[in-house]
Amino acid sequence: MLRESLQPPLTSLLQQTPLYRAHKERGAHLTTFAGWELPLHYGSQIEEHRAVRSAVGVFDVSHLRRVLVEGDGAEGYLQRLVTCDVGSLAEGRSRYGLLCNQEGGILDDVLVYCLGPARYLVITNAGAYAMVEPWLERWAAYEAAVSIQDLTLQTAMLAVQGPQAPALLAALVPAAAGLPRGACIETTWREGPLLLARTGYTGEDGGEAIVPAAAAERLWEAVLAEGAIPCGLGARDTLRLEAGFPLSGQDIDASTTPWEAALERAVDLEKGDFLGRTALLDAQSKGLQRRIVGFEMVDRGVPRHDYPIIADGKTIGRVTSGGYGPTVDRFIGLGYVPLPHASVGSEWSVDIRGQKVPARVVPLPFYRSRRQ
Amino acid sequence: MTAGDIVPDGLRYTNEHEWTRLEGEGEAVVGITDYAQKLLGDVVFLSLPKIGERLTQFAKCGEIESPKAVSDLFTPLGGEVVAVNEEVAMHPELVNRDPYGQGWLFRLALGDPGEVDRLMTAEAYRALVASPEG
Repeated sequence: MLRESLQPPLTSLLQQTPLYRAHKERGAHLTTFAGWELPLHYGSQIEEHRAVRSAVGVFDVSHLRRVLVEGDGAEGYLQRLVTCDVGSLAEGRSRYGLLCNQEGGILDDVLVYCLGPARYLVITNAGAYAMVEPWLERWAAYEAAVSIQDLTLQTAMLAVQGPQAPALLAALVPAAAGLPRGACIETTWREGPLLLARTGYTGEDGGEAIVPAAAAERLWEAVLAEGAIPCGLGARDTLRLEAGFPLSGQDIDASTTPWEAALERAVDLEKGDFLGRTALLDAQSKGLQRRIVGFEMVDRGVPRHDYPIIADGKTIGRVTSGGYGPTVDRFIGLGYVPLPHASVGSEWSVDIRGQKVPARVVPLPFYRSRRQ
Repeated sequence: MTAGDIVPDGLRYTNEHEWTRLEGEGEAVVGITDYAQKLLGDVVFLSLPKIGERLTQFAKCGEIESPKAVSDLFTPLGGEVVAVNEEVAMHPELVNRDPYGQGWLFRLALGDPGEVDRLMTAEAYRALVASPEG
């Protein structure tokens, strides 16, 4: 066994975060993700997953792109690029949105933080950035008074997640006390500047903190000293899957629209024109052909990305994400199927390397925190 | 690879990181090593051979799935499968928790006991996992 795992990694081509050394010291099992070398787990990703659901965990998410958008044209620029309404976004608040192309396909999903008048931080994904970066620059050329600056490599970002995360953050960052969910603030902690947002990608309460790269290790160690369990990308993936959040480039991409991806909440058709709006209105009037669904395996088996979904002997769709959900204790997944197969209770099969294993459509999310 | 890998004496090993323990009248129990379970991470699903199935030494006989990957399982010895660990099929985490005990996978009635000579001793396997290519 394990032949595949023993291939030497292409270390020289990979980007490392400011916490790389700290991860190695803690015995992290590293993996490659979107050109970055990041912890997959520190021993057991299932235990890390459970720590986030029951207590608090910390993730190095420095691979997420952090793009500062400033200037008098910043609001107009973002209004054109992002599907959510940036105009009504109050200072100190964040909003989830999408970057769509003119065909209504999803290039990436983003969080927009409004840091102040004409000052926004946009969090995008590592995977899509090779495409998103020229996209952001191309449209900036149409706005006179906007500057965009990629802060990714000069900063680090930690996600502190779990029911105990708010108390942990408040112990380290005075301004975190009482900061409501979805809020963001440029503040300080004992080691200097810190940007804190009460956001996350796990389905639990918590926050995400951005600090200068030089302070990354000190923040990481401080968060661990307060009792957080270090968590890797493995747990991050099962946590977000249980919470029903899509992974950009895997569950959503340029071949999927927000309607197909069940991301209506990220689109504001009333805010005025934006890239993709015409196509999305058009798609809406034509009606949906397929839609993303959550499913669980009726018989045991691990559904994985790109496995065919089979009904009546025909391939009707593909699994986009799947795996074992430690909290729901089931094998679960996301995938796109034609509308007649998309209603809750619909039964079909997943082709797991040649074996058709029965599965059933269930409501999303698979898991919802009772504390929220 | 790591200092803490457990490699019990008395078992025989493959370079694919399976172990086998000879028992009773020409039978052998099979599992994966501590090194293997650490490298795989959490085992979430196992496809094991069925009772009565005849296996050839070193042939693929099942699959082990972690969140990240599907790995093939190879049998260290040839023979007929006489028992399968049902407990580990329902609770794959036993492979991580106790790879040489409760995490055993299946039991064989050996075809040719001489095949054992093609397997590594604990000493040789320790050297394998300690090497950089381990």
